[in-house]
Amino acid sequence: MNDTLPIEVTVNGRLRSFDVAVNHTLLEVLRDDLGLTGTKECCVVGECGACTVLVDGTPMNSCLMLAVEVDGSEVMTVEGLGLEGKLDRLQEAFLDEGAAQCGFCIPGQLMSAHALLAQNPHPTVEDVNEALAGNLCRCAGYQQIRAAVLAAVQGGGR
Amino acid sequence: MKAQGGVGAGAHRLGGIGRVTGAQLYVADIPVADALHVKLVTLDCAHARILSIDSAAAEQVPGVVFVMKPEDLPQPIPRFGPQYQDRPVMADGEVKYHGEVVAAVAAETKDAAEEGARLVKVEYEALPAIFTLEAALAPGAELVQDPSIRRPGPLTGTNVLSEYHFGWGDVDAVADEADIIVEHTYDWASQTQFAIEPHGCIAAPDSDGIIVWSSIQHPYQLQKTLAKVLGMPMSKVRVFAPDPGGAFGGKQHPKLEPLVAFMALRADRPVRLILTLEEAFQAVRSAGARMTVRTGINSDGTLVFQDFVDDFLVGAYGDTGDRISAKASFLSAGPYRTPAVRITSRAVLSHTTPCHPMRGFGIPQVTWARESNLDEAALAAGVDRLEIRLKNLVKYGEEHVPGDTPADGDWAQTVRKAASEIGWGTPLPKGQGRGIAIGVKSGPTTGLSYSTVRFLGDGSVLVFSGTSDMGQGARTIYAQIAAEELGVPLAHVSVVMGDTSVVPYDQQTSASRSSVLMGNAVLNACRDIQRKLRARVAEMEGIDEKSITLDRGVMRLPDREEPIPAVLKKVLGPMGGEVVGNGEARKDALPEHPLGGTALFFEFNCTAVDVAVDTETGETTILRHVTVGDVGLALNPVQVTGQDEGAAVMGVGLSLMEHLIWDGEGRTRNLGAIDYRIPTSKDLPLELVSFSVENADGPGPYGVKGISEGSLLCTAPAVAAAVRDACGAVIRDLPLSPERVWRAIQEQS
Repeated sequence: MNDTLPIEVTVNGRLRSFDVAVNHTLLEVLRDDLGLTGTKECCVVGECGACTVLVDGTPMNSCLMLAVEVDGSEVMTVEGLGLEGKLDRLQEAFLDEGAAQCGFCIPGQLMSAHALLAQNPHPTVEDVNEALAGNLCRCAGYQQIRAAVLAAVQGGGR
Repeated sequence: MKAQGGVGAGAHRLGGIGRVTGAQLYVADIPVADALHVKLVTLDCAHARILSIDSAAAEQVPGVVFVMKPEDLPQPIPRFGPQYQDRPVMADGEVKYHGEVVAAVAAETKDAAEEGARLVKVEYEALPAIFTLEAALAPGAELVQDPSIRRPGPLTGTNVLSEYHFGWGDVDAVADEADIIVEHTYDWASQTQFAIEPHGCIAAPDSDGIIVWSSIQHPYQLQKTLAKVLGMPMSKVRVFAPDPGGAFGGKQHPKLEPLVAFMALRADRPVRLILTLEEAFQAVRSAGARMTVRTGINSDGTLVFQDFVDDFLVGAYGDTGDRISAKASFLSAGPYRTPAVRITSRAVLSHTTPCHPMRGFGIPQVTWARESNLDEAALAAGVDRLEIRLKNLVKYGEEHVPGDTPADGDWAQTVRKAASEIGWGTPLPKGQGRGIAIGVKSGPTTGLSYSTVRFLGDGSVLVFSGTSDMGQGARTIYAQIAAEELGVPLAHVSVVMGDTSVVPYDQQTSASRSSVLMGNAVLNACRDIQRKLRARVAEMEGIDEKSITLDRGVMRLPDREEPIPAVLKKVLGPMGGEVVGNGEARKDALPEHPLGGTALFFEFNCTAVDVAVDTETGETTILRHVTVGDVGLALNPVQVTGQDEGAAVMGVGLSLMEHLIWDGEGRTRNLGAIDYRIPTSKDLPLELVSFSVENADGPGPYGVKGISEGSLLCTAPAVAAAVRDACGAVIRDLPLSPERVWRAIQEQS
């Protein structure tokens, strides 16, 4: 149970080499080993999306991946959004639209939205609903979240 | 406009930046050095006698520090609870619901704690469980609670925790006058709050006291409970309450915090327990209910009487089950002018998770029954379903419950707006249907909130408020009030919350009270500052205080008007310093009132929907969903919309999807996100629109009322009525799952 393996992974643009327990998920390693607690834990069965991160640009439930699986990959978490202390266009739009209520699901929503816009710069309402369908929000601010994603597209120059 | 702004501005959420950057620290994110991890031991059983607990193997796991067993607690095991002090810190000889804690492992790592928990061997004798109203109320039913822990009285030897009788007029005497009487029984399933942040707490010994971090809505209740259970003065119990990651009522009162506190004291080091979602489901749920309603009307739709029997299935311990059943049932008859009303309400114990408040506090349950039955009466009389509501709706200032607060809004305005926005009375295509329903909920019946506001030397402001900001945006509202009153930019206001040693007392964050009660406390604290400044200015200028008037952000002297921040600078002078104000807001108890107090305000909502039903599959699609709330005044319209739409979507989930499923032995079968579905972005109404009626007639600052529950109060009856209108399916138990709708369609054809 305490076997470890060394991994090399780029986290939010920073290359890191360290040992991880082979039985630990990416979520556990991000939160407990790296202290990146922006990624949230809720259902740990891949249903709620609170733990969504980007692995080589693809949104993944980090609770369903073993940390050893990301050896050699690039991982981006909510802490990696925005540059030099400035919010990115999605983060700004989430604030403008009041999309973050309790906020617990928001890191996951942002990562899914980030991946959507990277793949599809001009999504429709249906595209947004589909891309974020794996991110539960019990405050149910879905309409504000959707509006924020669409507003981020319009304000793309920011 | 959004970046600044006092009252009425759609200002950015305070705390918003932390929420979009991941910097916001929820309880599980708080680094506490040297903390042990706790894993709970539970049984796959709803009711059992514990014969022995063997922790030897668990204690051999490297990293396990100790296993906490009931015998390690003070004896008799301390009990606590918001209304009844009947919940033991850990299962006391018997497990009384699926998931009740029998032991807890403390270890250096999460892995070791989990491994240890798997190895704790519990010998037990499984006992039959009671998990339905029928079984609990059957003559000779086994008692869920030993009479020794019950309050003495006529109910002690039954499974009825509490029973209330409300009403006015004489139902039996007027029943003959009714042209039409319709009677049916309606069921509301037990559901779960499902905050995306599972509950968590951390406890750390602190010299001769203790510090506890918890994702709790009521930090001051937790402080009081811990002080009592641990035998410490309240001043030695410091509760940090970081913003909950959603609560929806489920995080109001203490549950596992006392256990974690005892474990920290035993370990003499910090101890942390973060629940899994499955454990959170077992820690808290809402009250299921069965309501039998008899409505009598005249042929023109005028109400003659309403008669209710409301039974709520509460859990193994009292928790808030009594209060939910009483407060909700009290308003069973809704906002109508009814000559005679009879209400019997019972909270019924069972071997299930103790029921806890959930957004709406029982009102969605009684509203489902009343509004559905009213529709059935209207259909029987051939009266339009909107007309029957408007005809019987009380007018502004008229009592709907004699002796309670009268209608505090122009409620017909709200109903008419909803009807107009849904196009009531206009034709619909085949296969579509329309429903309309009204919800009304009492705000708090008592309340006490204090705030301290510090006006700092540079004109910036610190507001201290004991509210929990769990997504409703209380922090932003208080900052907007302070910005308005003290005439400073919103960006210069910070709000300090969540520390019972620093922030003054607040009774609760519940019942949509905070904008009104704490809002008034903040307002009063700011006005205390204004008055202190006025006294000093009068002294400095040698003029009469009465010649100076105060307004929002400005001071008016006989010869000039000055912004408050400029006044502050002059008053403080070269030495600097600050001006501190204190504010209080209270709603006093009325012992003679059946609920211990009148409603401070009402949340009033009208919801109207258009639906389409697929008769092949029974699937319901909400095409247009209109919610209109009487909010008094929208202090922050963006947040009002967020709360209103959010509650509406939650209401859709409660109506169409959500129910806890107990198996034949009372174990919860759908623990967690795979089997308990809540709405996703793909389950939204195709159109969802929220409107506010604003007449500035509420008791809060500038006329606000509470708003955060309104739009889920009557979602279910509106949707069910629309389903019936669309396809004729009559459904009286929730949720309106496709299977249920499909079966109802088959039955009527």
